[in-house]
Amino acid sequence: MYLYSLSLQRATGIVCATYGNFVGGKTQEIVVARGKVLDILRPDDNGKLQTLLSVEVFGAIRSLVQFRLTGSQKDYIVVGSDSGRIVILEYNREKNTLDKVHQETFGKSGCRRIVPGQYLAVDPKGRAVMIGACEKQKLVYVLNRDNAARLTISSPLEAHKSHTIVYSITGVDCGFDNPIFAAIELDYSEADQDSTGQAAQDAQKHLTFYELDLGLNHVVRKWTEPIDNGANMLVTVPGGGDGPSGVLVCAENFVIYKNQNRPDVRAVIPRRTDLPAERGVLIVSAATHKQKNMFFFLLQTEYGDIFKVTLDYDSNDHVTELKIRYFDTIPVTSAMCVLKSGFLFAASEFGNHALYQFQGIGQDTDVESSSANLMETEEGFQPVFFQPRKLKNLVQIDEVESLMPILDMKVANLFEEETPQIFTACGKGSLSSLRILRPGLAVTEMAVSQLPGVPSAVWTVKRSVNDEFDAYIVVSFVNATLVLSIGETVEEVSDSGFLDTTPSLAVSLLGEDSLMQVHPNGIRHIRADGRINEWKTPGKKTIVKVGCNRMQVVIALSGGELIYFEMDMTGQLMEIEKREMSGDVACLDIAPVPEGRQRSRFLAVGSYDSTIRILSLDPDDCMQILSVQAVSSPPESLLLLEVQASTGGEDGADHPASVFLSAGLQNGVLLRTEVDMVTGQLSDTRTRFLGLRAPKLFSALVRGRRAMLCLSSRPWLGYIHQGHFLLTPLSYETLEYAASFSSDQCAEGVVAVAGDALRVFTIERLGETFNQTVMPLRYTPRKFILHPKNKTLVILESDMGALTTEERDTNKKEAIEASGSGENGKMYMDEQENGEGEEEKEDPLPDPQYGFPKAPSSKWASCIRVLDPKAGETTCLLELQDNEAALSLCTVTFHDKELGTVLAVGTSKDLKFWPRKESTGGFIHIYRFVNEGRTLELVHKTPVDGVPTALCPFQGRLLVGVGQILRIYDLGKRKLLRKCENKNFPNTITAIHTYGDRIYVGDLQESFHYVKYRRDENQLYTFADDSCPRWLTASLHIDFDTMAGADKFGNIYFMRLPQDVSEEIEDDPTGGKIKWEQGRLNGAPNKVEEIIQFHVGEVVTSLQKASLIPGGGECVLYGTVMGSVGALLPFSSREDVDFFSHLEMHLRQENPPLCGRDHMAFRSAYFPVKDVIDGDLCEQYPTLSTELQRKIADELDRTPGEILKKLEDIRNRII
Amino acid sequence: MQASDRFNINSQLEHLQAKYVGTGHADLNRFEWAVNIQRDSYASYIGHNPLLAYFAVAENESIGRERYNFMQKMLLPCGLPPEREED
Repeated sequence: MYLYSLSLQRATGIVCATYGNFVGGKTQEIVVARGKVLDILRPDDNGKLQTLLSVEVFGAIRSLVQFRLTGSQKDYIVVGSDSGRIVILEYNREKNTLDKVHQETFGKSGCRRIVPGQYLAVDPKGRAVMIGACEKQKLVYVLNRDNAARLTISSPLEAHKSHTIVYSITGVDCGFDNPIFAAIELDYSEADQDSTGQAAQDAQKHLTFYELDLGLNHVVRKWTEPIDNGANMLVTVPGGGDGPSGVLVCAENFVIYKNQNRPDVRAVIPRRTDLPAERGVLIVSAATHKQKNMFFFLLQTEYGDIFKVTLDYDSNDHVTELKIRYFDTIPVTSAMCVLKSGFLFAASEFGNHALYQFQGIGQDTDVESSSANLMETEEGFQPVFFQPRKLKNLVQIDEVESLMPILDMKVANLFEEETPQIFTACGKGSLSSLRILRPGLAVTEMAVSQLPGVPSAVWTVKRSVNDEFDAYIVVSFVNATLVLSIGETVEEVSDSGFLDTTPSLAVSLLGEDSLMQVHPNGIRHIRADGRINEWKTPGKKTIVKVGCNRMQVVIALSGGELIYFEMDMTGQLMEIEKREMSGDVACLDIAPVPEGRQRSRFLAVGSYDSTIRILSLDPDDCMQILSVQAVSSPPESLLLLEVQASTGGEDGADHPASVFLSAGLQNGVLLRTEVDMVTGQLSDTRTRFLGLRAPKLFSALVRGRRAMLCLSSRPWLGYIHQGHFLLTPLSYETLEYAASFSSDQCAEGVVAVAGDALRVFTIERLGETFNQTVMPLRYTPRKFILHPKNKTLVILESDMGALTTEERDTNKKEAIEASGSGENGKMYMDEQENGEGEEEKEDPLPDPQYGFPKAPSSKWASCIRVLDPKAGETTCLLELQDNEAALSLCTVTFHDKELGTVLAVGTSKDLKFWPRKESTGGFIHIYRFVNEGRTLELVHKTPVDGVPTALCPFQGRLLVGVGQILRIYDLGKRKLLRKCENKNFPNTITAIHTYGDRIYVGDLQESFHYVKYRRDENQLYTFADDSCPRWLTASLHIDFDTMAGADKFGNIYFMRLPQDVSEEIEDDPTGGKIKWEQGRLNGAPNKVEEIIQFHVGEVVTSLQKASLIPGGGECVLYGTVMGSVGALLPFSSREDVDFFSHLEMHLRQENPPLCGRDHMAFRSAYFPVKDVIDGDLCEQYPTLSTELQRKIADELDRTPGEILKKLEDIRNRII
Repeated sequence: MQASDRFNINSQLEHLQAKYVGTGHADLNRFEWAVNIQRDSYASYIGHNPLLAYFAVAENESIGRERYNFMQKMLLPCGLPPEREED
């Protein structure tokens, strides 16, 4: 078996981010690393975040910084990754790519303890960069420019210190003095030797300054001083005239200002009042805002509260006071970026990212802690308390959806749509949600209005070429035409000159400012001054089809006669040429007039004899057939689309201009054929099945470029995105006819008719594969199942260290009362000012924004939810009591009972992970579905001696994995009855699958075990297992002998029992039991073989078998913790395997990954990659330069077009 | 084996031990070995963000806190060292 791996949705979580002027010019861009993907984002004029570029780097990006050489206008990006290399990137505006400026190797690849890459710091003046590891190694590179003003990088200078753990590094701003880097270091050498533990207790973190002596080209440890042992992060303080220089040391509960030869200035970080006393407050992300004569820092705590830190300093740059003021609370971020335009980009750790606008910069009424009023008592420093409140300084203006983390995923067609839906359980704690993903673009409906009849077609038309917006919407009915004028409102008009007593076939703008209406009996040409010219059809013939652009009109009469008109110099429509076709014309189209030309050269005509012809419209060979294409079914609609020769820029790679002829056939297939610009020859046809109805094609505008709308049983949009042509379905209902629409309110919309309604909508979030429907959940979803009969979902949610909703409500009430009684004076004022009577109406502190209050880690909150996804409502929610946490579930039909299908839920009681995993037992709950499966009713609860971590129905009984034990239970009156067990599993059973009498058991650490149940002897025994230790996170049953699994380190693998062993077991009357009793190598007598191995690079949390397109083959879908969804498609032919493995090989050589990690090494990070071809790498082929594309194509004995077609084809087989 | 060779191998080993933290030697005891493995593991967790996120979800902590906890555990990953036998 060979698989083709393709990411359908790239990772949506963000690991780190930085911002600067990468494009050059005034705007600021944000560079975000999403694990193995590097994205450049930019807020547009409307405050919506747009992705400029997204590159897969095939490596783990761990740190990013930006720097600028003095006097330069543009910033560079430095990337620290797992490649053992430092990489400096520059954004290339012309090609819309990131160019590797420098790549310097310093160590082994992989995320290792002493190989730098974890930390990066730059000198604020851009003269040097330091790259550090978790331990020991730090390297400094000097950055400079050569005579040609190109960036140069020196050989590395070492600043190592062995036996030292590094927590954070940063550059110190010291103007144009020698660059200094600061690091938080902890020396462990003595603690390792001292068995009394004294040394470990005395271990002290130090703040160390490393100075790079530019003259001597040498790094020295300049200064080191003990600091607070809770220190975890450093923030640079502006210096060199802009501020006092030095660093802010963020420690647990404190922020301390430190600089050489200066006294420490310390202030406590205010605590939430409901925070348990034993918990510290840790700063997890920071942003600095610097203006000409002021600067401040925004520090965010692990609970989401942002504090504004300001420094008071005198003229000698002595810091006198450090103030920490509560600013606002937003979900915890992994990075924050304060843009010059007044935006705050918050890259959330989990859940959606957001863009905020500043409304204020912190008011005086908020709780403040200052170094001046720091109180030290015998128990330590006196804490300062505050209550979070509503957003005051920030306003959210955009949100970027993120699936991170996907914890479970199921694919099913519960809604009976054309394609299945992907149900994902996402998020953590208060940000938990169930998201339903549908392949396709999201659509925003702007207006729907009912029409007096059932319309057959719709057009929009401008009054003049120079108009920005459309003037009329023209709707055609069976025997009438309705004209709507677009203004402040849309209303019917009768003075437009259009004939309203007949249906219309086409309406368009002709020439500069005249309008044309084509109806069955003629052409009506309405001049700007109101004169009307009518052309009548000869005899009893009627017009059946029309193709037109601004200068040319072709009509097809019944019987198959084509008449060609052209606009002359005086603005008259003149008949030029006629041609008799062999039969009726099915459809025709003319491309728009190319810029600077008189006419478009090609006319495409489709006939009912299943042919498509290209005719010339040039005067010298007018109406001559240039080429013919025979197709599988009569064409219904044609569209000539010019893919513009993009000269690069922000939204396209280098693409040669080419005209594509798209044809929608009656069998639902869309053909896309390239038309030779000179000869009109058709070549390179790509086909795609769109739906059950013949696709109708319309041109539309997407981001100012021509795009294609295809209306089949669902609408599709074909457009260019970042240099790729994408054909994506829209998540919208079936449409009959559509036209592009542009008005004051909606610059790039679509107006369409469906049924008896006129609909106006816009398409958003271009480039996304899926659109989401979000339903919030209460706690972190752990697992869920679909109930296909009831069409419901049963979701288990549990949170560690959380309060149950009941406890939380009580606490909240108390807190509000307490603040009302004036204990917290400042808060009291706030409440008075803006909270009068509002509390009752809306929740003052919505959980998704503020997070759940922390509870001791021994406390669990958990619930079982039944959700009707169609209505989006929870029909039943059972909150578990007594510190139980629901962890596993399945539906089971016991064979001898009347209950029907019941739900089994495994729960733990008092589960603890630390210092070792333990619990005081667990339960298996059995619920009955009542009320048509909408509610659950407890039947009974069976205590078990461990945590039931896996459940599975098996031959009318229930299989349960309890720690190391696999057990079979049967249903009793009061509880479940134990029937059979096997205690010999290595660690903890995390997954159970069954097929026939075979049971596939997944262990937490040791992969799969194949188990057989012998009914006559009532025995469970393992007959095969894996030879590799695999920390299983997801599992999927493929076939009788094959299992797919994913491990904690980001690998996906398939394993198969060898054919002969499988047969032997099945044939053996004892089922291999005798062999089992002997055992082998402390395990089962047989070993399975690994047949597929692939490193994804993100922890895969769920695997599913599904087919995402109607009639398509099945593939394996996976969801990861980073919020990405990918697919593995089995190849169906050997030729494809050869082709793609060669393409992959060439791309590995010619297009090495951007961040310096070797592609093959990355995909083989833990185990050598086996029989998987990386589609993500193959799909980088179109982004290569034309020469390189051709070179690779030559080596493969193909043309670049064929390769692109292959890539498109295989993608279309998946989605 | 000649004397010079032995010297050579030894010096090479010493070089490796100095350069690569965690390179073993003949007298490595169980504790030292375990400490090395644990530190390597923690460093790997910190470096692989998806893994950190995975732990953070399990423990219901923020990723930042989880990273800090792992850094802190690098100090004494296996508890106190055993008492040294007097030579």
